[in-house]
Parts: sequence; structure tokens; C-alpha cells
Amino acid sequence: MKITFKIWRQEGPNDKGGFQSYEVNDLTEDMSFLEALDHLNEILVLKNKKVVAFEYDCREGICGQCGVFINGRAHGPHDNMTTCQLHMRSFEDGATITVEPWRARSFPIIKDLIVNRSAFDRIIENGAFISAKTGTAPEANAILISKTVSDRAMDAAACIGCGACVATCKNSSAALFTSAKINHLNGLPQGAPEAHQRVLDMTAQMEKEGFGHCSFTGACEVECPEGISIVNIAEMNARFIKAKIFG
Amino acid sequence: MVLDAKIPEGKLEDKWRNYQIQSKLINPANKKKLSVIVVGSGLSGAGAAATLAELGYDIHCFCYQDSARRAHSVAAQGGINAAKNYQHDGDSIWRMFYDTLKGGDFRSREANTYRLAELSAPLIDHYTQQGVPFAREYGGTLVNRSFGGVQVQRTFYARGQTGQQLLLAAYSQLYKMVRSKKVTMHTRSEMMDLVVIDGKAKGIIVRDLITGELQRYVADAVVLATGGYSRVFRLSTLAIGCNGSAIWKAHKKGAYFAAPSFTQIHPTALPQSSEAQSKLTLMSESLRNDGRIWVPKKKDDTRVANDIPEDERDYYLERRYPSFGNLAPRDIASRAAKERIDAGHGVGRLKNAVYLDFKHAIERFGKQTIADRYGNLFTMYKKITGVDAYTKPMMISPAAHFSMGGLWVDYELMTTVSGLYAIGECNFSDHGANRLGANSLLQASVDGYFILPNTINNYLAQEIKSERPDIHHVEFDKAEQGVKDYVDRILSVDGTKTADHFHRELGKVMWNDCAMSRNKTGLEKAINQIEDIRRQFWSDVKVTGESKELNTELEKAYRLADFIELGILMCKDALQREESCGAHFREEYQTEDGEAVRVDDQFTFVSAWDYDEGNFALHKESLEFEFVQPTVRSYK
Repeated sequence: MKITFKIWRQEGPNDKGGFQSYEVNDLTEDMSFLEALDHLNEILVLKNKKVVAFEYDCREGICGQCGVFINGRAHGPHDNMTTCQLHMRSFEDGATITVEPWRARSFPIIKDLIVNRSAFDRIIENGAFISAKTGTAPEANAILISKTVSDRAMDAAACIGCGACVATCKNSSAALFTSAKINHLNGLPQGAPEAHQRVLDMTAQMEKEGFGHCSFTGACEVECPEGISIVNIAEMNARFIKAKIFG
Repeated sequence: MVLDAKIPEGKLEDKWRNYQIQSKLINPANKKKLSVIVVGSGLSGAGAAATLAELGYDIHCFCYQDSARRAHSVAAQGGINAAKNYQHDGDSIWRMFYDTLKGGDFRSREANTYRLAELSAPLIDHYTQQGVPFAREYGGTLVNRSFGGVQVQRTFYARGQTGQQLLLAAYSQLYKMVRSKKVTMHTRSEMMDLVVIDGKAKGIIVRDLITGELQRYVADAVVLATGGYSRVFRLSTLAIGCNGSAIWKAHKKGAYFAAPSFTQIHPTALPQSSEAQSKLTLMSESLRNDGRIWVPKKKDDTRVANDIPEDERDYYLERRYPSFGNLAPRDIASRAAKERIDAGHGVGRLKNAVYLDFKHAIERFGKQTIADRYGNLFTMYKKITGVDAYTKPMMISPAAHFSMGGLWVDYELMTTVSGLYAIGECNFSDHGANRLGANSLLQASVDGYFILPNTINNYLAQEIKSERPDIHHVEFDKAEQGVKDYVDRILSVDGTKTADHFHRELGKVMWNDCAMSRNKTGLEKAINQIEDIRRQFWSDVKVTGESKELNTELEKAYRLADFIELGILMCKDALQREESCGAHFREEYQTEDGEAVRVDDQFTFVSAWDYDEGNFALHKESLEFEFVQPTVRSYK
């Protein structure tokens, strides 16, 4: 396959970036998108040029480290998929593919396609836990949880923290990310004692980090690799009101 | 040096308790004055960092990823074992201990393995309390399923994302301690060397992966929790960033490397499809609960799978191992697949795969039940291959996976360097020559949450009396200069080939001669070939960019340089072990029907290698079996 990559290059957070085009001729359809970028980087090295910096780790759609904008969509042309799961067979031979980093004020660019998502860690730090020290747990089957409740918690807990929801949202809102974590923990009996404080702390941190508000466009749920539903945001809002009144 | 595993006295079931009774304690006010470095933030690292912080120590935790939540524990799919006996099917700590010891082909310590089984049940309690959404029955109790090498159901799971859910629990607990200012988290930070002062591990040199600056960190003890090294094969189920550099640097500073050649080849990964491939995606072993593995009876059969009638299919695991069938342990299932593929029965475009078929399970339980159990795995399979596994069998193939080998540790998880601990996959402790499925999440967690926090005090209780060195100590100067020279040397080669080129070369040699099946001639040839690759790497590698910047190409190159050296040691270890055991299969030692032959009178020991300037001296820790008698490991 012959592909022209039009890639955002930016040396550092304070540099003015820009697109550069690279033509690659010997790609195959069964290469993953990131393997195609690996291949481009090998070509660049041999031409004595600096490689394109991009993120990845597990390459099986679970670690959440990869993620770029491909032809104007987070994680590329398919719904509910990570960048590393995208394969070149999804593109036409001869196509031009535009590749950009996540763009959101709360995710500053570090270099090329790499952004800083530590704002997510700080949201987690502020309440996304159950305060139980190692060694204090009761017998596991002493807490009965219905399958329905457990399955709903699992649906929300599946979030991989990639940031596609923020990147695709016109408001750069982190509402889907934050709500998924709140609903995972607040939906379980173990999370109940800290439920109200958790909602208040995590949403406060979300605002402090500069993420925008949710206006329910639904774009996040389309791009979410785990298919986490926007219903989570409505549920978080309900929990927020409850916490304000009873918390 | 005599290797003393420091196994406590007493009956097997009393050893851990006896150890804890005798170990030295530190009062809470003094714990605050002690600091510990934890390298790695996966299940073992995050578990240890969070728990040590809860106990009051001052913790610095490092990871190379952008967040602790990315650590590769996240990718474990199928589950975690625990001897809860919730299924009332005859399970017990003893049975789990025996299964694990036998699964490892009697090449691990009884006391360590017993402790692993003993601590498994409280671990499930812990994770449940942390909010892990384990699968449940309608009545609200926890569900179990089976894994390979076991005849009871003791595996707990959260859909096909068990590792992710456990890691997120550990990450949450860790970041709670970050908020409490008991843990300082250093992301995008890579350990480049260990600093040893007067024989004790006292600090590390770290490279900031964004700026490329080298930094020094000092502490009273150092814990390595850096995971496995199977990326030495290049194509593996591991994350691309997984590397063996931290343990290799520690090895060069005096930590013995145990059983490096014990690496597990997982039977159910997606097959390689091209030279450019960077990774082999794993399909969970849990699929073998309901999927049946087969190949066509006819060689080079070109028909599509669904056109091959039942009587022309060879369900070779069920045929060879009737009592365990498709749930034979990984090493055995992988070798059996290799045997069929080599005999010309492989399927797929490159004839390098076997079928994993759900037709019978779907007929029996219905599509919905199978989707409930493995839905995300079927979705993942479709995303990668474009094939719907509900209607056509999956194609799977063996792939490099887990490292049973790692830094030698004693019962306290301390390496041969005082004050240096290794926990989780990066140590050699509980799995012997082969790890059973769903024991990896278990061992990583137990090491980090329960064992290390109860053994490190025994060392730190003395360290509190001595003054912590300063980061301007001459050993820090030397270590930092060493790292700087090393990185500069790689950049200055300015050759004609990429780091990936050399990694592919190394991977091919390792896969051909030091993977599922090994022999003397092949291993000797492999050592020479890797020596060649090393020479070529240092004379012809090309890395662009600079050291003082974010440089992913440089990271690849310096990790690879360590893999090359480790590859040589793996081959040497495989060469000296003239027997077949677990995942280590020497062709010279097999029965007529291709089963492994152990040589207990000569090889009932753990090999532990001393670096010795690259000459690698072998030391042996003899394994004493006091409570069980090693038997021929049969799954027939």
C-alpha cells in the first residue's frame, strides 16, 4: 500500500507546531496503524531524521496509552476502537491520512502526538478509591451483590482512561471519564460510605483541571473504545444533586 | 556464595506465621523516617507502594508510562486463582499448593509455593473490598471458572478484563496515598542503574523520559517490580515498553539471576501475519474452558474450517491428554500445537495456527451464554482479524508470554544484594519451570500487598540505625557517569541499521533456538549468533535525536542492548540444564511419545547466575522436597 501521512510535528509544549507529510510505499493491509507509524519511523531514522513521537504500550486496546486523531476522528474511522486496534485495511491504497494529537486545554502537548493526561490521575486521586487499608477486608462472600448491580459497575469500570472522550468533545469535557469512575464505585455497596464526598471531590477536581462542561452531544460515547454509555453522565448529575442535598 | 533461601522452621502450614512472629518490627514513629524506592507500578509495585505507605514509610514510586494505570498487569484477561473452595469441589490450600508445585514441574520451593496458596484467599477479600467488580451469581455470591492444569474451579474473574480491574484497584489505592502525600509518584521515569553503597542497595539513577535529564534518588531500600522480560523474543504478548533493563542493571550490580531460560510460551495468541508485526495479542486461556482445539487430520488441508467434517478433525489435546483435555497446562498445550504445526497440520495463510472452536459450546449453552463469558474477547478477535468467532473457529498460535525466571530472591523476597527486593514477575520464586494460568495476577498481588510489607521491616529495622547516604556520594557520581557514557555511546555509533532491525534479528534467534523446544547444537549456535548481533549492534546501530530530549528511538535502543545480553544468559541457562522440565523442553530428554523427561538426581536445583563481568558463574540452590515427593508430571 502507498499512504501519505500528514502528521502534526511539534518539538515541545511551547513550540509552534505544524503538519508535515511523509509518503510511505511499502505498507501492507494487515499492518496495524501503529505498525505503519513504526515503519515510517524506521525510514526516518535511516534518513537521519528524528522519529515521530507517539504513545503506545500494550497494543491490544486495554492500557489506554495510545490515542491520536486520525482523519478528524479520535482513534480513527471506527466506533468503539483504540488506535492500536486499527489496521491499515481500513484505508484505501493511495490515501492521505491526517494524524493529530488529542487537542484539549487540559491535555497540553508534550511532543508531536504525545499529550500530558495527568489531569486524569488527579481526578482519580481526589476520591476514586475506597478507603480500606490492606488487611482490613471482610470475607468476600460476606458482601452479597446482585449480578445486575455488579454487571453495571463492571460496565462503568471498563474505562481505559485514554482521553478520547475529552478529545472528541467540543467542550473538552471529562464528564464521561469522571462519571464512569463515580458510578463504578458508588454503585457498589463497598463504595457507599464515601459516595457523596467522592462525587463532590471528583467533580470539583474535574473543574479545577479546566475541563469543559457536558452539553450532551453524545460524541464521547461514539468514540469511547469501551462503549461507555452517556447515561453515566446523567447518573453522575443525579448523584451530584443528591450529594449536594444530603452530602 | 552460598545461597540461603532463609526458609523458616516448622510445618509447611506454620512457616509463614513462624516467620512473622520472629521478624523484627519498627514502631510507627520510626517508619516515617525510612524511605523506600519502588520501581514499577503494576500489581506488585502499586500494591507494595500503597501498602508500605499505609504502614507509614516514605515511598517514591517510578514508572516509565504516563500513568501507573498503564502497567502491563492491565492486560491480563482471564482471572486470578484463590483457594476459597466456594464451588464445594474439593479445593483447599494444600491442593492449590500441590497443583502449583506440580504445574511448575517441581522446580520451585515448597515453602514459597505454599505461602502463595495460603495468601490467595485473603487477597480476594482485599480486592472485593476495593471495589473490583468480580463476576457474580444471581444470588450475589462470587463465581469461579477453571483454568489450565487444574481440576477444580478456583479462578475469580471480571469479564475478560480481570487484570485491568485489579490494576485499577491497586492504582486507586496508590493514588489515594499520593493524595495523602505518603507516596511521591514519578511517571515517565525510567530506572537506568542501581546504586549500591557498602554492599547495600541505596538508590537509583533515573532518566526523565520527557527531558532526558538524569536524576538521583536515595532510599533505605529499593524494590524492583518491573515485570517480565519476554520482549527478548521481540514478538510476545507483552506491552511494547516492557523490558528487562532494571533487573539486568541490578544483575550487573550483584543480584543473581535465577532460571533465566524458564520462559512460558502461551498456547492461545493470535498468529503472526507479517514481518512488520510488533506484538502478538493474547486470547485468554479461559477460552479453553469452552473452546475445543483442533487441526485437520489431513495434512495441508485447504478447506475452510466449517467444511471439514467432525471425523476429519483431530482434537489433539483431548486425544493426548484425556483427563485434562483442552485444559492441559500452557507449556504442554503449546508444545502439542507446535508438534501438529511442524507435522504439516497447521492452518491459516502461513500454516502457523490451530483452530479454537466454540461450535459445540454454542450449541450446548447458546450464543448468549458464551457472549456473557467471553464477549469482549470475541469482540477483540473481530477487531484485529475481521472474523466473527461465533460462526467460524478462531485461529490461534503459541507466543512468548511469561517469565518464570527473574532475579533470585529468598523467602523474604530479597535478592543477593542487601536491601534490594524483587517482587512480581521480575523475580524467580513460586512458579518453578512453568506457571499455571491465573497465578500471575495472584503472585504479583500477594508479593506486593502481603509478603513484602511483612518482610522489608526485618531489614529496615537495622537500617534505621545507620545514616542514609547523600546523593552526592561517590557511588552516585560513578553510577550517573556510567549511565551518561552508556547513552552517549549508543548515540555515537551512528551506523546504518535501526534498533528494531536488531531486535527482529535477536527475536528470530531466540524463537528458533530458545523457545518451545531446545537442543544443545541449537543453543550453542544461538549464543554465537547473539554475540554477533551484539557486535553488530554496537558498531552499526543508528539512533537519531539527542539524549536530552524525549527520544523514543533511544529508549528502544538502550532497552534492546540489555535484551541482547540477557538473551545470551538465557541460552547459557538452557544449555546447562540437561533435562526437560515444565516450559524448558530439551529435545534430548523426552519419552518416545514426546513427553518431558526430568533428571531429578542432577537438576533438582534453581540455577542462579552471577554476572562476573559477563562470564556468568553458575550457583545452585538445591531444592529440598520435605512435604511432597516429586512425581512424573502427567496430565494424561
